[in-house]
Amino acid sequence: MGRQVDLTLLQKLAQINWLLIVLITMIAGVGFAMLYSAANGNIDPWASRQMIRYSAGLGLMLLIALIDIRTWLRHAYLIYGAALLLLLAVEVMGVVGMGARRWVDLGLFQLQPSEVMKIALVLALARFYHGLPMEEVGRIRWLLAPAAMILVPVALVMRQPDLGTAILLMATATAILLLAGVRLWKFAVALGAVLLAIPLAWRFMLHGYQKDRVLTYLNPERDPLGAGYHIMQSKIALGSGGVFGKGFMQGTQSHLAFLPERQTDFIFTMLAEEFGLVGCFSLLSLYILVIAYGYAIAIRSRNQFGRLLATGVISTFFLYLFINMAMVMGLIPVVGVPLPLVSYGGTSMISLLIGFGLLLSVYVHRDIVIPRRPS
Amino acid sequence: MRIPGLERDGSRHKTFNRRLALLGGGKLTLAAVLMGRMYYLQVLESDQYHMLAEENRISMRLLAPPRGLIMDRFGRELASNRQNYRVVLIAEQTKGVADTLDRLAHIVPINSHQRRRVLREVKRKRPFVPIKVAENLTWEQFARINVLLPDLPGVQPDVGEGRYYPVGVETAHIVGYVSSVSEADLTGDPLLELPGFRIGKNGIEKVYDESLRGKAGNSRVEVNAYGREIRELARQDGQPGHDVVLTIDADLQEKISRRLRDESAAAVVMDIHQGDILAMVSAPSYDPNAFNLGMSTKAWRTLIQHPRKPLINKAIAGQYPPGSTFKMLVALAAMEAGIAGPGHEVFCNGVIRLGKSKFHCWRHRYGGHGMMDMKQAIAQSCDIYFYDLARRIGVDRIGAMARRFGLGEALDIELVGEREGLVPSKDWKLAVTGVPWQLGETLITGIGQAYLLATPLQLAVMTARLANGGIAVRPKLSRHLKPQDDAEGAGEDADDDRTSQNDGNNIRTTDEGAPPIGVSAANLQIITDAMSEVVNGRRGTARKYKLDKELGMKMAGKTGTAQVRRITKAERKAGGKLGKGTPWKERDHALFTAFAPVGAPRYATAVVVEHGGSGTYAAKLTKDIMAEVLRADPLARSAMGRTSHAPNNATDRPNNADNADNTGNKERKT
Repeated sequence: MGRQVDLTLLQKLAQINWLLIVLITMIAGVGFAMLYSAANGNIDPWASRQMIRYSAGLGLMLLIALIDIRTWLRHAYLIYGAALLLLLAVEVMGVVGMGARRWVDLGLFQLQPSEVMKIALVLALARFYHGLPMEEVGRIRWLLAPAAMILVPVALVMRQPDLGTAILLMATATAILLLAGVRLWKFAVALGAVLLAIPLAWRFMLHGYQKDRVLTYLNPERDPLGAGYHIMQSKIALGSGGVFGKGFMQGTQSHLAFLPERQTDFIFTMLAEEFGLVGCFSLLSLYILVIAYGYAIAIRSRNQFGRLLATGVISTFFLYLFINMAMVMGLIPVVGVPLPLVSYGGTSMISLLIGFGLLLSVYVHRDIVIPRRPS
Repeated sequence: MRIPGLERDGSRHKTFNRRLALLGGGKLTLAAVLMGRMYYLQVLESDQYHMLAEENRISMRLLAPPRGLIMDRFGRELASNRQNYRVVLIAEQTKGVADTLDRLAHIVPINSHQRRRVLREVKRKRPFVPIKVAENLTWEQFARINVLLPDLPGVQPDVGEGRYYPVGVETAHIVGYVSSVSEADLTGDPLLELPGFRIGKNGIEKVYDESLRGKAGNSRVEVNAYGREIRELARQDGQPGHDVVLTIDADLQEKISRRLRDESAAAVVMDIHQGDILAMVSAPSYDPNAFNLGMSTKAWRTLIQHPRKPLINKAIAGQYPPGSTFKMLVALAAMEAGIAGPGHEVFCNGVIRLGKSKFHCWRHRYGGHGMMDMKQAIAQSCDIYFYDLARRIGVDRIGAMARRFGLGEALDIELVGEREGLVPSKDWKLAVTGVPWQLGETLITGIGQAYLLATPLQLAVMTARLANGGIAVRPKLSRHLKPQDDAEGAGEDADDDRTSQNDGNNIRTTDEGAPPIGVSAANLQIITDAMSEVVNGRRGTARKYKLDKELGMKMAGKTGTAQVRRITKAERKAGGKLGKGTPWKERDHALFTAFAPVGAPRYATAVVVEHGGSGTYAAKLTKDIMAEVLRADPLARSAMGRTSHAPNNATDRPNNADNADNTGNKERKT
C-alpha cells in the first residue's frame, strides 16, 4: 500500500508553522498601519475592513492548511476547470469596472476569477508534473498539455484586459516548469518566441492605455501631467522620504493627494515616504523571510506535488511584490499589481491567504509520500 | 515498503533542488535590484526629490497691499479704499448652482449676462474656487445675504477692498481713476497678474501708480494636488502704497467746478510763487467711480461721443489761440527789445492796411480806439496797436518771449495727456508748410491768433510769471509722497521728514530752483499795471467785473477772444462780430487770465470757455472764481495751519463735505 497513517487534527495543528503565520501577520500589520495613515489617521474606511478581511482570510488559511494535501491533488484539475469556467463567464457576462471587465457577479459577492486562476493554475501544473516521470518531462509532446493549461487562461485574462495578472500567470507557470525539470534550452526558445511576439502583440493585442503605460515607462517625461504623472509623483514621494522618512502620517506627497491610489497600488510609496529607506528595507526583509520559509517548506516536502505547489505559491507571492515595488520605483511600466498583504483590496488578500493555506498544507503533510498515479 | 516510482522521485527531487537554487538566486538578484533602486532614490537622489516634493506642496500666494491714498493739500481724501461688499459662490458647496443663483437673485439683482458668466466660470474652474457673483453691494443687501445664508448653500459674503473717489466728478481729471489691468499694462510685477487687481489708468492714479501701488506681500501656503489650500505656512505682509498729497484745495475745486458746470470750459488756479496748482477744473467732467464699478458699453459710448468731451482734461489737453491774452507778451517783447516804450503811441481808426490786405480792430465799427498808449492799448485791447508793435519787432522775437513765459512747451505737470501748444517762428512755418512766413501772419500773431496755441495751464503759468516778478515758476500738482503708516509722524523715513520740515511753514517766496526769466522789473510793472487797468480802469474791457468791494482786494487780468473761424467780409459788413444766432460750435472761445490781489499778488488764474462768445464772458466767470479763491485763501490757511503731516490737519478742519454743510446751516440760522 505504501500510505502513511493519517495525522489527527491535533497533530496537524501542532505541525502548522506558526512562525510563518506571525510573519504574515506582521506584514499585514504594516498594511493596517499604512491604511490608517492613508485615511489621515482614521481606521475607516480602509484599515478596519482590511482587518476583517485578514481575519476571515486567516481562518480560511488554517482550514485549508488542515485539509489533506492529497485532497488538493485529487481536485486540482477540477478547481482549474472551475476557474477556467469562471474566466469564460467574465468574458460573457462580466461586470465592467475601471475600463476593464474583471469581475463576475455571483449574487452573494463579486468574484475576480483571475485571482482564483492564479492558485488553480499552480495546482493544475503541480498535479501534472507530479504525475509525469522525469524521462517524460523532457519530451516535447508532454509540453503541449501544460502549454495549453497556461496559455488559455493567460489569453482570457489578456482579453479583460489585465496585463499584470497575465504576466503573473506566465511567470509563475514558468517557475513551475523550470522546477519540474523542463530543459533550459526550451525556456530560451520560449523567450525568443516571446521577443518575436512583442511587436505583434503591440500591434494587435495591447490596448491604448497599456501602450501608453509602456511608452511612459520608457520615457516618463513624455507626458508629465498625464500617464507619466503617477510614476513621477511616486518617485518624488519615494525619494523625498530619504533614509528615515518623514514620519508616520507625515507624508506630504501622499496626504496632499499628489500620490494616486495611495491605499492600493501605490501604498509602498507611502510607506517609503513616511518611513524612508529603513522602512523599505524592513518590509522587504519580512517578505524575503516569508519567501525563505516557503523555500524551506518546498525542500522538506517529500512529494513532487507539494514541492511544486509550495514554490508556485511562493513565486506568485514574490512576483506580486517585485512587480509592485519595481513599478512604483519606476523600474517597470505601471501594471495594476497590488503589494501582497499590504495593499487595500479583498480579493488579492483572500487569494494570497488561500495560497499560504496551501503552503502550510504542504508543510503539515510534508512527510506524506504520494505515488505518481494515485488511485 | 516499495513504492512504485519512488526511486525516480529521487532524481526529480534533485533536479528540483538544483533548479530551486537557481530560482532563489534569481529572486535574490531581483531583490537586490529593488534595494539598489531604493538606495538610489532615497539616498543618492533624495535631495532632488525632496525639493520637488516641496515645490509640489508649497504654493506662493500674492497679497495685494492697500493702495496709497490721494489727498488734497489739507488732507481731505480724494481717492480712498472702501470696503467692497461682494458675494461669491463656491460650487462644491451647493447642489444646484442655478437654484442658488435664483435664490440669490431675490436679494441682489443678477442679470442674464452675470448669470451666464457665473455658470461659465463654474464649469471652467475647480469646484472649490470662489467665483464672484456680484460686487459693490449696499450694506443692506450684504446684511440680508448674511441673515439668509442658511438658505443659500454655496454662497459666501466677502469683503474686498475697492477704490473710491469721495469727491468724484469734481476731481476726476486730476485724480484720474483705476481700472482692470490690460495685457499691455503687464510689466512683470507679479501684482498685476492678481485677478481683480486694478491700476491707475489716468491722472495722478496713473502717474504715481507705482508709488501708490506698494509692494506685494506673499503667503506661503500648503496646497494639495488639486490646488486647494490646506494651511498657511508663512506670511510676509507687503508694503502698503505711499499716499500722495496734492496741491489742490478740494473745496475750492468743488466750488469752481460748480460755477463751470454748464459750460465747456477749463479753469486753472495757481500759486504764482510756488507753482502749486490749487484748482484745475475741466468741464464737463465724469464720475471716476463708474470706471471702477465697471461701466456699460452704452455709458462708455455716451462719454466718448459727448460733444463737450468730458473725458478730456481741457486745462492741459485743450489748445486754444490765446487771443488778446497774448498781448502782454507782445508789449513786453517790444519793451525788452527797446523798440517801444510805454509811451509809444499809435492811432487806431479801426483798420490798418498792409499791401492789399486790411487788418481790423475789433472796435472798427465804432471807428477805432483813437490815440492809444501801451497801457490803454492793453486795457482796451486795441488790435491796431499790437499789429503795429508786432510788425516792428517781428515774429521770432515775439515767439522767444512767449517761450520764456511757458508757452509752446510741455510744463511737465504730473498728469497724462499734456499738450505743448504752439509758438510759431519763421523757420517753423517753412519747415512744416514749405511756405515762407508772411508779414500779415506776424500782425495777427501780435493779437494772439495765427498759429499760436496755448493750453489753459500755460496761460495760468504765463500770468503767474508776469505777476511774480518774472520768475520761471513751474506748475505742480503733488507736494510729496509719504509712507502710509506714517500717520503718527514716527519719522521712519528720514528723507520724507526732512522735506516735511522744509515745507513746514510753507512760506517760500519762490520755488527753489526756479530761475528768473530775465526781464526788467520796471517793464513787468508796466504790464501788470495795464492788466489792473483792464479790470479797474474806466475804459478796461473787463471793467464790469471788478471784485466786490467788501473783499477789499482787487484783481488784474486780460480778456481774450479767440476766433474759431475766419470772419467773412459779408459778416463783417453785417455786424463785424458773430451774433447770437451763430451755432455754438462756431462761436469764439472766451479767455481771461488774471492775478490777485493787485499790489501783492499770490494767485493767478486762467479761464477758457469754449465757444463762450467773448473774453468778457470769461472775465465774468473769473470774477466769481477769484472771489472764491481769495475768500478761501488756501495759501494763507496752509501757512498757518500746516504742520508736517496732512492727516492731522484733516481732523482739525471741519472740511469734509458733511461738516461743511452742517456749519453752513448753522451760520444761516444765527
